[in-house]
Amino acid sequence: MGLLDYFRSTQSKGSANVAKERLQILVAHDRAARSRPSYLPQLQREILAVIRKYVDVDMDAVTVNYEQEESHEVLELNIILPDAGRHEL
Amino acid sequence: MARIIVITSGKGGVGKTTTAAALAMGLAQRGKRTVVIDFDVGLRNLDLIMGCERRVVYDFVNVINQEANLNQALIRDKRCDHLYVLPASQTRDKDALTKEGVGRILEELSQIYDFIVCDSPAGIEHGATMAMYFADDAVVVTNPEVSSVRDSDRMLGILSSKSRRAETNDEPIREFLLLTRYDPARVESGEMLSVEDVQEILSLNLLGIIPESKAVLTASNSGSPVILDRESDAGQAYGDMVARYLGEEVPHRFLHTEKKGFLSRLFRG
Ligand SMILES: Nc1ncnc2c1ncn2[C@@H]1O[C@H](COP(=O)(O)OP(=O)(O)OP(=O)(O)O)[C@@H](O)[C@H]1O
Ligand SMILES: [Mg+2]
Repeated sequence: MGLLDYFRSTQSKGSANVAKERLQILVAHDRAARSRPSYLPQLQREILAVIRKYVDVDMDAVTVNYEQEESHEVLELNIILPDAGRHEL
Repeated sequence: MARIIVITSGKGGVGKTTTAAALAMGLAQRGKRTVVIDFDVGLRNLDLIMGCERRVVYDFVNVINQEANLNQALIRDKRCDHLYVLPASQTRDKDALTKEGVGRILEELSQIYDFIVCDSPAGIEHGATMAMYFADDAVVVTNPEVSSVRDSDRMLGILSSKSRRAETNDEPIREFLLLTRYDPARVESGEMLSVEDVQEILSLNLLGIIPESKAVLTASNSGSPVILDRESDAGQAYGDMVARYLGEEVPHRFLHTEKKGFLSRLFRG
């Protein structure tokens, strides 16, 4: 193999490797999204509506995360309350 | 009872129709009574690849709408006695493929044939979901390229959730990976994902690797499935695929560039 070819091939070795790394991330992401229960968005909206009855939180204050662990599923609910300066309704 | 095999992919143009024609011809040549159905309503081209386009009188949608019966619509292959083609229609109305209609016809064909090969359109639109719904086996056709691999993974999600077998809690569809348009030289130079790379991501039962080959275009030009071209690399690779599908253990071929010739060895090229 000529020197030029050698450089060309080591340089392009990267491109398939990059493709593989990107794919691994993409596919893991897609699979996580697939395994998430379909009721999550609705659940998130309803919880937000209930909280907003009592506290003046932002529209994006509630996040619901779902994770599949080995033997069980974890539903994680995160609510960001407003700064102390803002009052209850 | 026939085994229903769907040839599917997320991304278009990866080689499904080429594969459906090869698989159907290969099974029929081994004496299996086989019918291959074109589910690509509106964009039919299986009949072209099979070389029977001038003999199409009635099509799949005519049979579903009971404007013709199966015997009137099925085209017998001139090269192989056990092979029949059910062409798609040119109508633009994709909804013509109803679940009831498709189910009824597959049921009827199941009584007569050993294998029903379904050539699906790409993606998850109506025709594709109809082709997948009734499947027993799925061949996920994939090119060694980012978007094709990603879309194949998405198809796996659909196969495992939106099929008759999933709905009835039956044994899941058997899924196979077929890697097509594989270019060993580009893999060796690191420009193309290797079969190992793709397997690491999809980890499916590998039915075959079909090399990028000029023989595929030649075959489609003449309307003769490439598996009939026994001289060609793609034809042989498809032959191996059929053997593997039927349970034979066949080593994978055409994975590496040909050994260097005498001259280049002499000069330690
Ligand atoms: N192994 C191969 N080597 C070279 N060319 C190929 C190979 N396989 C398929 N092709 C070419 O790729 C193109 C698409 O093939 P084909 O029609 O089989 O794909 P498809 O998945 O059925 O497409 P669509 O999604 O549009 O139905 C054709 O031009 C065909 O000749
Ligand atoms: Mg096609």
